[in-house]
Amino acid sequence: MIFLYILLYIIIAPLAGGIIVGIDRKISARMQGRYGPPLLQPFYDVIKLFNKEVLVVNKAQNFFVMFFFIFMIITGALFFTGGDVLLVIFAFTLASIFLVTGAYSTNSPYSSVGAERELLQMMAYEPMVLLTAVGFYMVSGSFNVRDIMAAPVPAVVYLPGIFLGYVFILTIKLRKSPFDLSTSHHGHQEIVKGITTEFTGATLALVEMAHWYECILLLGFIFIFFSWDSLISIPVGILACITIYFLEILIDNVFARVKWELVLKTSWIMGATFAFINIIIISII
Amino acid sequence: MSIIIFLIIFPLFSAFILALTKNEIIRGLTIRVSICMLASVSFLLAAQYFGNPDKYYLINSEIINYVILSIEFIIAIYIIQIGIKYKRYMVSFLSFVQTSSMLFFELGGNHSAKKMSHHIFVDDLSIIMVLIIAVIGGLICIFAIAYMKDYHKQHSEIEDRRRLFFSLMFLFLSSMFGIVLSNDLVWVYFFWEITTLCSFLLIGYTKSKEAIDNSFTALFMNLIGGVGFAAAIIYLGFGFGITELRDVLSASQSGVNLVIPATFLAIAGISKSAQLPFSKWLLGAMVAPTPISALLHSSTMVKAGVYLLIRISPLLRGNISGHMVILVGGVTFLCMSFIAISQSDAKKVLAYSTMANLGLIVACTGIGTYEAIWASVMLIIFHAVAKSLMFLSVGATEQNLGSRDIEDMHGLIVKLPELALIMAIGIAGMFLAPFGMLISKWAALKAFIDSKNIIIVIMLVYGSAATLFYWTKWLGKLAAVIPNSERLKNTVKRDEWVALISHAILVVGLCVMFPIISKKLIEPLLLDMFNVTGVNIISQGNQHIMTMMLVMIIMLPFGMRYLTSREEKLATVYMGGVNIGDNRSFDGAFGESKKMYLSSWYMEKYFGEKKLLPIGILIGQVIIISTLIFNTFVVFRGGAM
Amino acid sequence: MSDYMKKSPWIMHYDGSSCNGCDIEVLACLTPLYDVGRFGVINTGNPKHADIFLVTGSVNEQNSSVILQLYDQMPSPKVVVAIGICATSGGIFAECYNVKGGINKVLPVDIYVSGCAARPEAIIDGVIQAVELLEKKRLEMKEYKKRKADDIYGTAK
Repeated sequence: MIFLYILLYIIIAPLAGGIIVGIDRKISARMQGRYGPPLLQPFYDVIKLFNKEVLVVNKAQNFFVMFFFIFMIITGALFFTGGDVLLVIFAFTLASIFLVTGAYSTNSPYSSVGAERELLQMMAYEPMVLLTAVGFYMVSGSFNVRDIMAAPVPAVVYLPGIFLGYVFILTIKLRKSPFDLSTSHHGHQEIVKGITTEFTGATLALVEMAHWYECILLLGFIFIFFSWDSLISIPVGILACITIYFLEILIDNVFARVKWELVLKTSWIMGATFAFINIIIISII
Repeated sequence: MSIIIFLIIFPLFSAFILALTKNEIIRGLTIRVSICMLASVSFLLAAQYFGNPDKYYLINSEIINYVILSIEFIIAIYIIQIGIKYKRYMVSFLSFVQTSSMLFFELGGNHSAKKMSHHIFVDDLSIIMVLIIAVIGGLICIFAIAYMKDYHKQHSEIEDRRRLFFSLMFLFLSSMFGIVLSNDLVWVYFFWEITTLCSFLLIGYTKSKEAIDNSFTALFMNLIGGVGFAAAIIYLGFGFGITELRDVLSASQSGVNLVIPATFLAIAGISKSAQLPFSKWLLGAMVAPTPISALLHSSTMVKAGVYLLIRISPLLRGNISGHMVILVGGVTFLCMSFIAISQSDAKKVLAYSTMANLGLIVACTGIGTYEAIWASVMLIIFHAVAKSLMFLSVGATEQNLGSRDIEDMHGLIVKLPELALIMAIGIAGMFLAPFGMLISKWAALKAFIDSKNIIIVIMLVYGSAATLFYWTKWLGKLAAVIPNSERLKNTVKRDEWVALISHAILVVGLCVMFPIISKKLIEPLLLDMFNVTGVNIISQGNQHIMTMMLVMIIMLPFGMRYLTSREEKLATVYMGGVNIGDNRSFDGAFGESKKMYLSSWYMEKYFGEKKLLPIGILIGQVIIISTLIFNTFVVFRGGAM
Repeated sequence: MSDYMKKSPWIMHYDGSSCNGCDIEVLACLTPLYDVGRFGVINTGNPKHADIFLVTGSVNEQNSSVILQLYDQMPSPKVVVAIGICATSGGIFAECYNVKGGINKVLPVDIYVSGCAARPEAIIDGVIQAVELLEKKRLEMKEYKKRKADDIYGTAK
């Protein structure tokens, strides 16, 4: 039974993720007064990439990206089959480290700078992500997604601070301005393509698809903030996801990229303040 | 019981032989044979005492107590005179205070209580520690045989004192066994002092000015801990008539207020495991040859400090000494993880990482719930193995490359692929899911949350973020495939390989076997300490998933051969179009070629040692001193005693 | 799998020795007024991600190796579009001592877009034709690979 869920997830998540990214690009374009690419553009991009020649700098890099892709799927599968949130976070970190190591292995200046910035981003969001899991545990008594979703009251009622902190670092995780230090979706070329500079063809397609899986996973986190044991929670959760994602698109189009010090400082301080106060309050109640 | 005596006495024979012979063949043979014997006897100990109720043994002999006393006296005389000789009067003073109070206690005082004392014992925690000391310590000694030979060849200006070196290593092993197998506090204190002495002599091995300075720092800080230990023993002995560890625990269970000796013992443990504010000594100890760092300062000696803290954790739970310990551990973890980001000397990174992880263990012991103790024992096991592997591989790399700077390890995967792979296993073992340290950190996180200690939870998550940064940075350096770089001549010797590969197998194997370790080794311990069965900190499902992930990762190097497509075309690195063609240089603005240099990110301004370490030390001092003041206050208000 | 190459043409824009006039026009294509983004065009600065190489300006000593290197770092199938008269033939600078000529002195150019500066409408027209060419090249590449596989495995009919 669980295998069926996993299979469904593996097939549906990238489709959903791709469409979300497509909607993202369309809305961004409209915000900029353009028509923008068609909704299915991300899929066209990926299929085109699969048709390109594969150029590599060394024999190992694509294989790291392959593992990044596989572990990203595993992370999502863990989450969507109701698994342990902490394990999901740790597996996510593991997947990202494969990507970073792959970029480092190319020994390319832009890749290396991108990889380091990616690590900085990970360091910036990791505390908040872990504190989100901590918050869920304190509220529902379990780390399991299944139990969190089955709570009598949606988690966000008790965890508003943590929710805010999570939305803050969501900007980092979705690689949106102002925190898109390591690689960016738009034509921003501060360090060329940063971490993905040396990846071509099918490898780049895998990175893109992994981003779709990641997108769905991150929205899944938002969903479980708003779920409780009632059927109405599903549309409420989806509405929340849509709202937050739209907010992220808005932020992306409004802000310019900031320096790394600001990314680190703001995410750490925001995380500490919001999450800390929230957790203190819950532990007193 | 004879096994226990064997473990403590046998290394002394080896030490004796090693002190006498300069012949390398005999030396090598002695070491290998002794280690094999110690390892097998340890397993024998485990097999015999495992699952058995604790065995306490009486050593009914006054002579041994007098022997111990005289050795303590001799050591004190030695330290006092060497302190005066090198103008470190504080050291002499502390040694004088410590030993004279112990002498006063042992000669005066309650003889009848002492006669009933069961001096040695074995329980499950002792077995775990014995195995770690014998296996990891043993492998390090084997590594050291070849390493020290090359070390002296490369550093011909340093006097060859390998007789002293190896005999001290074995003396050290013997005293570590003594610490974990002793029940009588005076004995524990005695072996504790011997480890202090050994570390002093070993850190000063190279006899350079820096080494001597650092060895005295180590001696000074460990003596502070020793004074604390002595104070605790006297307090317990005169105040409550307690001289045995077992009695300490049972007294605390029956509600006797033992906060004051607990604080003193905690200070001893904190200083031995180089927590803030006693951290300078471990940093300074990195000047010693790598096997010393590996043995003393990562996998075994500092574990003595946390071992003591685990033993006294029932005393720490829920009172001010526990809070002191939790805070010290948490602040150390946070501070050291941050500073490690800014270090480029590999051994310093390892030193900071060690102190950080010890901080985690220390914080767990301060909390003292069964989850926390589970986490702390797991942390001890996995940290000992992985950190020792890291030290050994850094040592071997240093000998091959001539440098231990992480910047020079750039591209190691091509220059020294086997070493790079082993180092990568070590790094992964230190922080990555699904390896052991991650699992232990997971358990620690859960334990912290369940104990409602929010501040330490915050410290843990921020420290973990910093941890992943500096380890992955290092891993990336290793993984860089610099084109056209030649493989360096591999001068790693067979002994060193045996040690390194065994370590690597242990790191991976222990992770795979972690559910079994938890069930068979740690749960009996917890049952004993807390009367809790069916410990379920990390559920079965999660354990299976992690094992699966681990298997996938192990398949990594093998998969590489088959997963890479044959249609890949090699291209040059993108350097804005001015790549000369060898991927290492580019055309500069004036037409000359410039070499490309990729450096890691150290963020000296935010995470620098100069900035953060004094703050950390200050905070540590404030915590400990305020606890002591509070305790004194309580005593004078008539609280204790 | 057919004609997805046409739906996602990623460009890389390089300025050889241009006065920047054509470059500004190229960038103007990306603005809301002309919006090539609606064809799925993304201006990546990275040859390894690009399909279409847009070159403005002519070739001189300094940039001939650069242009060649960037072209080599593009994965196939790829198309080169020379934008502006300087890229086509050297333009009014063709006789200068420091100008080698148009891009076709170093690279196989597929599409020429004339003009000084080339107008955005012309540039877009050129890009569209390049996209069609890209699809044709992809089919050729596929055919070539199949023939190579047949040779190796002896499955030719």
